[in-house]
Amino acid sequence: MRFYRAHVLVCAGTNCSLKGNRAVREALIREIEGKGLGEEVKVIETGCFGLCEQGPTIVIYPEGVLYCRATVEDVPELVDSHLLKGRRVERLLYREPTRPVAVQTVPELDYFKKQVRVVLRNCGIIDPDSIEEYIGQGGYTALAKALAMKPEEVIAQVKASGLRGRGGAGFPTGLKWEFGRKAPGGVKYVVCNADEGEPGTFKDRLILEGDPHAVLEAMAIAGWAIGANYGYIYIRGEYQLSIQRLERAIEQARRLGLLGQNIFNSGFNFDVEVRIGAGAYVCGEETALFESLEGKRGEPRIKPPYPTDVGLFGKPTVINNVETLANIPPIITRGAEWFRTLGTEKCPGTKVFTLTGDIVNEGLIEVPMGITLREVVYEIGGGIPNGHKFKMAQTGGTSGGCLPEALLDVPMDYDQLAAAGSALGSGALLIMDDTHCIVDVARCFARFFLHESCGQCIPCREGTLQLYHLVDGITRGTGTRQDLELIERLSRTMYVAPLCPLGQTAPLPIMTTLKYFKDEYLAHVDSRVCPTGTCRALATGHAAD
Amino acid sequence: MSMVTLTIDGREVRAAKGATILEAARAAGINIPTLCYHPDQEVKAVCRICVVEVKGSRTLQAACAFPVAEGMVVNTQSPQVREARRTILELIVARHPLECLQCARNLNCELQTLAAQLGVREAPFARLEKQYVPDTSSPSLVRDPAKCVVCRRCVETCQQVQGVGVLFPINRGADTVVAPPFDHGLLDAVCAMCGQCSLACPTGAIVEQDHTRLVWQALGDPRKHVVVQTAPATRVTIGEEFGMPPGSIITGQLVAALRRLGFDRVFDTDFTADLTIMEEGHELIKRVKEGGRLPMFTSCSPGWIKFIEHFFPELLPNLSTCKSPQQMFGALTKTYYAEKQGIDPADIFVVSIMPCTAKKFEAGRPEMTDSGFADVDAVLTSRELGRMLREAGIDFASLPEEDYDLPLGISTGAAAIFGATGGVMEAALRTAYEVLTGRPLENLEITAVRGLDGIKEAAVEVNGLVVKAAVGHGLANAKKLCELVSRGQADYHFIEIMCCPGGCIGGGGQPIPTTNAIRQRRIDAIYQVDRDMPIRKSHENPVVRTLYEEFLGKPLGEKSHHLLHTHYVARQRYPG
Repeated sequence: MRFYRAHVLVCAGTNCSLKGNRAVREALIREIEGKGLGEEVKVIETGCFGLCEQGPTIVIYPEGVLYCRATVEDVPELVDSHLLKGRRVERLLYREPTRPVAVQTVPELDYFKKQVRVVLRNCGIIDPDSIEEYIGQGGYTALAKALAMKPEEVIAQVKASGLRGRGGAGFPTGLKWEFGRKAPGGVKYVVCNADEGEPGTFKDRLILEGDPHAVLEAMAIAGWAIGANYGYIYIRGEYQLSIQRLERAIEQARRLGLLGQNIFNSGFNFDVEVRIGAGAYVCGEETALFESLEGKRGEPRIKPPYPTDVGLFGKPTVINNVETLANIPPIITRGAEWFRTLGTEKCPGTKVFTLTGDIVNEGLIEVPMGITLREVVYEIGGGIPNGHKFKMAQTGGTSGGCLPEALLDVPMDYDQLAAAGSALGSGALLIMDDTHCIVDVARCFARFFLHESCGQCIPCREGTLQLYHLVDGITRGTGTRQDLELIERLSRTMYVAPLCPLGQTAPLPIMTTLKYFKDEYLAHVDSRVCPTGTCRALATGHAAD
Repeated sequence: MSMVTLTIDGREVRAAKGATILEAARAAGINIPTLCYHPDQEVKAVCRICVVEVKGSRTLQAACAFPVAEGMVVNTQSPQVREARRTILELIVARHPLECLQCARNLNCELQTLAAQLGVREAPFARLEKQYVPDTSSPSLVRDPAKCVVCRRCVETCQQVQGVGVLFPINRGADTVVAPPFDHGLLDAVCAMCGQCSLACPTGAIVEQDHTRLVWQALGDPRKHVVVQTAPATRVTIGEEFGMPPGSIITGQLVAALRRLGFDRVFDTDFTADLTIMEEGHELIKRVKEGGRLPMFTSCSPGWIKFIEHFFPELLPNLSTCKSPQQMFGALTKTYYAEKQGIDPADIFVVSIMPCTAKKFEAGRPEMTDSGFADVDAVLTSRELGRMLREAGIDFASLPEEDYDLPLGISTGAAAIFGATGGVMEAALRTAYEVLTGRPLENLEITAVRGLDGIKEAAVEVNGLVVKAAVGHGLANAKKLCELVSRGQADYHFIEIMCCPGGCIGGGGQPIPTTNAIRQRRIDAIYQVDRDMPIRKSHENPVVRTLYEEFLGKPLGEKSHHLLHTHYVARQRYPG
């Protein structure tokens, strides 16, 4: 094994790729070779560090110095100064708005101080294309351990951990596995739901890009637990980088016998196949996903029967989200007790959030369940940029509710956010400042659901159309108080009557904005005024009382 | 059967485990409104009209799909349920054309009935009507997606019952529309024109092409000699158009009604059904004796013909070359009858009363002009005839029973049962046995080929040869039989296929509703017609004998070949 005196980690997540990480990485390799440092310094592509806004990001170990927004032109200086002479390049260090001096290293960063990295344990540390590096971090020991346990013991441990589904619904994972185990039938499937379609959510993508083996290992453990020998990863077609890395990871795992026949000489066979979605939001709904996987029009099925009884190809199927699965190996190796030390009593563990919108540090974070929105926005996210004020946060993606400043101290877990009328959902956090018109925002959400409704059931198909039409009318200055009442009545029906969660959650952003920002709606309707000046058909300024 | 006890609207209800809330409620006399629900189909749960409160569930549940459970508490009338039900209905109405007065389904529309039942009086939602041009490309059917509520009943019918799969939801969300692939017209699709979709549709989104105007025009033209023929199945269904119970036998009233509409002659397709048995029976005997292509398929169902032309063109040589009774009738009327009556065939206008929408397509096939004219000029479905009779103010139920005109109105019981699945086979076997053995058949009723089972088989020994027969109805069953034949796994001699489930009594042009329960009652009636006929074997029809003596010569003779037989066209499965 080779030893290097320094490792240069270049983020190779999609967000940094968009900002030119590849060119930077290649320039680094050329420059290092050119300076004759090839034997001493190794350049590695890793998964996401999380600070997507600051990309392309580079971390140089052993010191852990973080460089941001590095370009190809910066490379000679980085190599010459940092790697050759041991002097940090001040101008590329990360600057937090609250601190006068530049942050030098990763541990010093406020962004990371409140974070606990369980799911993202390997992201930004290992080369995702290297199974050796994954194994070096303890990878596949959970699978080895699980295969030495009885399937029932594995399920008992997952149950004891209290892990709940991270795709949005929060269903207890261990219970789901138990249903899958107990369902009669010789052929069963494990499906990984990687059809991350919630706008503003990109956690699954970055997990898969940064640590693909974690998901493969977890799927094999799930297969052992429920008695399945085959798994499918249903992934968004747009996630090209994730797909490439998954395919490579599957090949590597097969080569080492970690997937395939007789894994670890246990007699257990398990293999995985990647299937690519065509972009319909509804295919993230588990039964619509099965339909799509089976080659049919992606539309949700009637429940019951539930997937653990009648799932993919009519067989008992356990379907878990990427993030849920990524939690499994550490639960197996470190135990349920350890997992329960994180998060809240009813929602143990961590949650990966994607921070977007009007916030200083847009990016990917992992925090214990139960953290407040205020901590995330101001302590990790660095607050609202450009001197504006916080207006609202949409949690859980487009199908989540919008929370005002008064609810910034609600602890974020499945139950407490639901009680506040919103949802933890997929973990998207969209922050908006006070320049945004709430009605216009609601209109955008309504348009999203109009576009993404699959068209199968009437309350969703027709309801999303009318909801958009009604909200759009308000932004155009034709709305009335009767329209607001009708929006409320329609939302009530859509919340309870559609066939699947898409339709049922479609009215949530409308309901919550109407609840928490009613005055702004009334200004549009009664005074024909848009307080933020966003709606051009209306007057600007504040409504007269 | 294990039972559970649940509470619906405060009442304790017992229901079988596995039953749905809807089934349990209906059995207990509690009515839950529905729209996409169809008694013969899989549960779709897409209209959500039947949503109810189930204690412990955050959302409402569709009663048609949700299974009962021990101790379950259901509320079908809570304020939340009523608000949701009304809101959903108002959402549908907001995008449904308010053209009830001009609609073919006026007063027989499930959406209209539901709106009346739930007392929809307001229209709170914006009228965002679908902008679709009706598809009139098919000679049989008109599709108007603007009236479609996307309940998907036609989709199931087309795919599962008929195995055709022309109709499918395309696009997404509010743009979803049920249409042929790529939104092509039905004529350009592999549509069999069977019209089963029009029976499944709760609204007027798929209806028959209307020929009533054409027929009124002919009836009003003094130069035209207008001749009408009535298909076997129509004598047990037309009564339903006038509120009579399914299974009412109305043969005599039908004849009287047609006379009152002004037809110059009221004849019977049953006559040419008997003739079909003669021709087709001899064709089968010839194939068996001379080693011709077997098994032989029947050819009287035009939807079936279109289907096999698209899906199994390699089996076209297995089809009997006999025209259908409708077309034989037209060809004979414009030759034999015209000659006999001294009428210029150019002045004869032949109208068919049919249970079928595919008959409209068949009448327009270019091959069907052997008399030198179109064999048949206009085809009216049972539903269209109902409309004409209502327009004429004819009080159907009080009409006297009248007899068909001579000569083409004489028929047998064997012809009548053409209207039910298995009937052609039974009629053919009655004749084949007697013609070949010279002995009378002891038991005329070959029950093995009767009834609603999808595929039925029978074997009859005739002069030492065991004739193996199969009967299929509904094109999905036809497909199964075709696949067997295609793979060489079927050792049948003769296969009867009827395009529509139950045969013509369940045809796509029949009164709405047509359900399996109603089909069964119509079938029972058609066998009653058979039992009541003085002659029950086709070869004993005296006018058929006369026809051969005076005109045709012999079965499969020169004239028959010219007038009564046809050929088929191999069609694309995936039209370009």
